[in-house]
Amino acid sequence: MAVPLIEHQAEAVPVGNSRDVEELEVELLLAGMSRRYGYDFTNYARTSLTRRLRRAVKEEGVSTISALQDRVLHDPVAMSRVVESISVHTTNMFRDADVYRAMRTQVVPILKTYPFVRIWHAGCSSGEEVYSLAILLHEEGIYERCRIYATDISDPILERAKRGVFPLRSMREYTTNYQAAGGINDFSSYYATDAENVVFRQSLRRNMIFSQHNLVCDAAFNEFQLILCRNVVIYFDQVLRSRVHELMHASLAKLGLLVLGKRESIRFTRVEPFYQEVVPNLRIYRRMQ
Amino acid sequence: MTVVLPKERERPSGGLVVVGASLGGFDAVRELLAGLRADFAWPLVLVQHRMSDPDGLLVELLGAESPLSVSEPEDKDPIERGNVYLAPSDYHLLIERGFFALSTDAPVCHARPSIDVLFESAADSYGASTIAVVLTGSNRDGAEGARAVKKAGGKVLVQDPKTALSPVLPVAAIENTPVDGVLSIEAIARRLTELSLDWPRERN
Repeated sequence: MAVPLIEHQAEAVPVGNSRDVEELEVELLLAGMSRRYGYDFTNYARTSLTRRLRRAVKEEGVSTISALQDRVLHDPVAMSRVVESISVHTTNMFRDADVYRAMRTQVVPILKTYPFVRIWHAGCSSGEEVYSLAILLHEEGIYERCRIYATDISDPILERAKRGVFPLRSMREYTTNYQAAGGINDFSSYYATDAENVVFRQSLRRNMIFSQHNLVCDAAFNEFQLILCRNVVIYFDQVLRSRVHELMHASLAKLGLLVLGKRESIRFTRVEPFYQEVVPNLRIYRRMQ
Repeated sequence: MTVVLPKERERPSGGLVVVGASLGGFDAVRELLAGLRADFAWPLVLVQHRMSDPDGLLVELLGAESPLSVSEPEDKDPIERGNVYLAPSDYHLLIERGFFALSTDAPVCHARPSIDVLFESAADSYGASTIAVVLTGSNRDGAEGARAVKKAGGKVLVQDPKTALSPVLPVAAIENTPVDGVLSIEAIARRLTELSLDWPRERN
């Protein structure tokens, strides 16, 4: 008797549902990006990373994360776009007025005791907060003796930050933020405008040094009196968060200051006992040991 | 004290309630919380659209009348049962497995925190154990998230648009996905309590 061929074919039985498949696709993509290009996003907070990858799938016009993997493995330019898509974090000038006011009253007086101040702005993105800080230091009369080392993982974003060009339409909001943050001048005196953009004054950019640095794998590169890392570690998981906090601790001079975002802390990290919170609830810490 | 870190990448057991309400939803949220029992077994995570609120006034107002403890989570805080968590102003609140993650990404539907972001991340991390509650709302933020929760096998309860201060969001959610109940707020609180009590014990 002829047996229908179909009965002899072993059918693959899938394990798990479509969300499990997507999770697997993400893991394979991250492994591929890491081995091919050395960019390791494995320890980014997985839910928000997956959201960003879904967006990258749309932007690249492919249909699945596996298809995105195929593209980035064979096309370094696509890889750059995806890295940028994963790592651009929206930021604005003088976000959290109370933090900037506390910087003026509690941080600047400490910085004034040093003849020369090195500042690390880790994960500076397109630079809005770097310019905010420069303005604050200028108004407090110590910018001349400060160097701000502003770093980010993405070169194209750093290029934008370096130019100091921001959309004119944002300036109304930034002016309000600046005034709430204790600004003492006319905010528009810090930039020149054209029809669509503003460019910040060269005198503000003079003491900024922008360079590529990956918090996932790069080492400490200097010793600083002040480190700002605001709303960056929120995109990492526990493991990477701890690594970054150890790196910042190792990069901070004794009695140096660390400023985090308002809704993050050093709790549950190994360096927690080495810090004292200088301003309650504003996440400004001082390295005590 | 031993610090126990929330385990990552592990599917949590028990349910997770996510609630969305837009500007003006304060009374609806207050009524919902007042309808829950002090021994409500699941975490409840809430996005309420609002203006910038650096002093955490809303959390105080809600906490005053809720039988459950109400707080604004920080990044990486563990998600614990019997707690009400209010998304802090000016951040998106995302659900990872067992803990919270914040993001300062661009607003969604002009909103940060966004209900869609909360609901979608809960669907990703808690799947079929997610129960989404859609309350009064004057824009569509939350409708896509409700669909994501259903797609992941979770449940969606919607405030009856007739009883909502602003029916735009409830109607959008109902049109966007087959929901599990269109109810008064009081009935939503009752249903949540029943669901949490009937949940298979080994999963709670």
